[in-house]
Amino acid sequence: MNEKRGLPSVGVFVCRCGVNIGGFLDTPALVEYAKTLPGVVFAKENLYTCSESGTAEIKKAIQENDIQRVVVAACTPLTHEPLFRAICQEAGVNPYLFEFVNIREHCSWAHMKEGEEATKKAKDLIRMGVARAIELEPLESIEAEVEPSALVIGGGISGLVAAASLAERGFRVALVEREGELGGMLRHLYKLYPSDVPAEEVLKPWRDKVIDNPLVDLYLESEVISVKGYIGNYDVVIKSPEKEIPLKAGVIILATGAQLWEPPEGLYGYNKKDVITQLELESLLMKGKLKADKVVMIQCVGAMSPERSYCSRICCVTAIKNAILIKELNTAASVHILYRQMQAYGDEYESYLRRAKELGVRFVNFSPEQSPVVENQQVKVYHQLLGRELTLPFDLLVLSTPLVTQRGSEALATLLKVPIDQDGFFLEAHIKLRPLDFSTDGIYLCGCAHYPADVGEAVSQALGAASRASIHLTRGYIKVEPIVSSLIDEKLCQGCGLCAGLCPYGAIEMVDTSEGKKARIISVACKGCGICAASCYCQAIRLSHYTREQLEAQIRALLSA
Amino acid sequence: MLDAGRHPNIKILAYSEVQGLEGKAGDFTVQYLKKARYIKEEVCTACGACAEKCPIKADNDFEMGLKKRKAIYIYFPQGIPAVYTIDPEHCPMILKGKCGLCAKLCQAGAIDYEQKDEKKTLHVGAVIVATGVTQFDPSVVTEYGYGRIKNVITGLEYERLISASGPTKGHLYRPSDEKLAKRVAYIQCVGSRSLKYKDYCSSVCCMYAIKDAMLAREHDEEAESYIFYSDFRVMGKRYQQYRLRGAEDYGIKYIRGRVAEIIEDAEGNPVLWYEDTRTRQVKSLTVDMVVLCSAAVPSKGVEQLAEVLGIELTPNRFVKTDPFHPTDTTVPGIFVCGFCQNPKDIAESVSQASGAASRAAGLLGITSSGKRTVA
Repeated sequence: MNEKRGLPSVGVFVCRCGVNIGGFLDTPALVEYAKTLPGVVFAKENLYTCSESGTAEIKKAIQENDIQRVVVAACTPLTHEPLFRAICQEAGVNPYLFEFVNIREHCSWAHMKEGEEATKKAKDLIRMGVARAIELEPLESIEAEVEPSALVIGGGISGLVAAASLAERGFRVALVEREGELGGMLRHLYKLYPSDVPAEEVLKPWRDKVIDNPLVDLYLESEVISVKGYIGNYDVVIKSPEKEIPLKAGVIILATGAQLWEPPEGLYGYNKKDVITQLELESLLMKGKLKADKVVMIQCVGAMSPERSYCSRICCVTAIKNAILIKELNTAASVHILYRQMQAYGDEYESYLRRAKELGVRFVNFSPEQSPVVENQQVKVYHQLLGRELTLPFDLLVLSTPLVTQRGSEALATLLKVPIDQDGFFLEAHIKLRPLDFSTDGIYLCGCAHYPADVGEAVSQALGAASRASIHLTRGYIKVEPIVSSLIDEKLCQGCGLCAGLCPYGAIEMVDTSEGKKARIISVACKGCGICAASCYCQAIRLSHYTREQLEAQIRALLSA
Repeated sequence: MLDAGRHPNIKILAYSEVQGLEGKAGDFTVQYLKKARYIKEEVCTACGACAEKCPIKADNDFEMGLKKRKAIYIYFPQGIPAVYTIDPEHCPMILKGKCGLCAKLCQAGAIDYEQKDEKKTLHVGAVIVATGVTQFDPSVVTEYGYGRIKNVITGLEYERLISASGPTKGHLYRPSDEKLAKRVAYIQCVGSRSLKYKDYCSSVCCMYAIKDAMLAREHDEEAESYIFYSDFRVMGKRYQQYRLRGAEDYGIKYIRGRVAEIIEDAEGNPVLWYEDTRTRQVKSLTVDMVVLCSAAVPSKGVEQLAEVLGIELTPNRFVKTDPFHPTDTTVPGIFVCGFCQNPKDIAESVSQASGAASRAAGLLGITSSGKRTVA
């Protein structure tokens, strides 16, 4: 305890973040300023507070100065709060007695050219942080059991791999597939690039692993119609042709794939006969019914365009593969691929592209401003690199159309309360660092539901999603951040139900009590967003870590300058 | 990195190399060499007093040689573990027993000039290879003048220049005269997609060039960027949108064409001669600086590692996998993830890393640990 003022002792650590902060703000002045604030018994700057040496200094200071509240003025809580909380805990200070002040994004980066003013602002923020820190309360994380089973939605290659991988680890899996058979898109494909093995050969072992597995409960011709609950404890209802089946799951993996965009009748003469999609070509090849001597393929039909701005990733190599297969069947056939940007990435696809060229497949580069024109069994295209128009007669025109969001994705997104991006694919928690997670804990993502992927990539993601999901299943319990809402006093609640209606996470239910209807908050499902506390007319709900007292102290400190 | 460094189940063996492997899936014995740092790791507090006074300077590898470091150094400020290392090739005490200043300065008593490399063994059930990538040395592509024309740099060197914690504190001072580079050209496929050097596509250069150019514009409103490419590889999630944003919001000029030659004018400006394949004209462009986005190649030493582990590599020296089992090497129990398996971006590497972990966990039979009592 801070003897002088009867306040808890506060330690303030100012980070230079190399030059990110130190290059713009007067950090020594911030340290001196912090020392003048009520409650502060220790203040110091570090080159990188997050480095091993920086965190060691925090621990040392806590122990040597009996610090009870830790304030770090550095970067963003998004990336570094967990670290500093853990450091506090390791040094014996409750992790929720830590306050983060962002003087990088909010000061040095935002006001790079106004160092003096930005330093002033940083002082304000530090003063506010210290004031709030004094009001913080220790919190203990909330734990809940995890049902050791998974729900996998989608029985294509991604879903099969994810299910097989979890079952291999000994977890029970419910695999739900809308169609009457497993296999998804691969059932409709002939051979797969780059090794030209039949799709069925790749599919079969995974399908067998799932079908023969006593730990996998298979629900074909079934759909998920209800999902309630939260990580570790989902109540799911599956609708099969016969009945509705309720089941429990600890985690959910979404592997619903994508579908091929079918062009409108007449686009480039699309007629499903001599103007077809790549998928229809796969079917001709599979049935051995391909009869064509003059084949033209057009890439990016309906993709990289104003209505669908993304590149669908797999179409270029798919076209290369099918061109090779056609040339191998009929060396005399002419095959032209009309492309915009050839996506032959990675270790193998360039050599695959070269193989197609060696076999005599012709590649024609066109620009979207001068798209090919189809008339009278001919494609007219301006070859950008030759600088002249080519006329290519065809007896088969193949349109490479993009993979688009799966039918029913929006309904599923609503059911699971997970987001969809502008292109209709499911939106992961972080594009780089958490590609297989949703921001809602307990739900994971893999395969083409995330974004078009080839089979190898989908397998890799499915194994990965299984790994992410298995972390909670293996542990058997989850720890939830204790920043949650709670009823201050049940008597204050009038049972209006506004909070339950507004809660985006389904974390509030209305229950009947002897005193009438009352709100009941499921802490383990609560994400601490505070909507309920802010909207409660009776001020019956309190959000821990963001209490009225804490926020008021912060505001008062701002105004006290 | 910090997460891994702090995780109770992860033991980091930095500055170490795998030298031998015996056994089989589920039961491997690994021999590794723990190289001498000449520092007692558990004693060093990384205070930096040693490096401050060390009189010897050497090229800083982390800064791509754009900056010097001392003979006692920390690889980079946020590095894990935060421990100093003595560079035995430059330290006069190690070389000829003269100096010893750092030992006198070190309050913790962490300096140990007598430390030796140690051979150690480790028992593990599974091995994951994640040795990553480095950049192809473009000096062999003589027409681009790397190493001869000062203002021609590599993508990795650019990363250091544009970094706020780098040698120029994020200012694009070009190497020849430290003038701010305002017009920068980025050349794709230097040594990649080439039958002469590397025949594959590195998968990430198109996109990082856009990022580099965006950063240049964010640092300097007058920055102009030109990206020379042959096919823009935009196959990742939201890549094409990023590319469009680069042109619309950052004024990046995308020029389809391979640069034939770079020469240097009297002011040290690189002059690029190229064919704009969209107009089929031969043109030239004078810029302040050129960034060569040269091929990403598997890290140094991958052949030796492959030999030690007994795993196969592809002709391009990536770790060989079946296309449909991308996390399994040719040896059971040895898994792989990241760029060393196939060129890929961060998100794919992260996904595949989880995938490789999944395979290893499956092999090791890591399953439900049983219910824990819940408070």
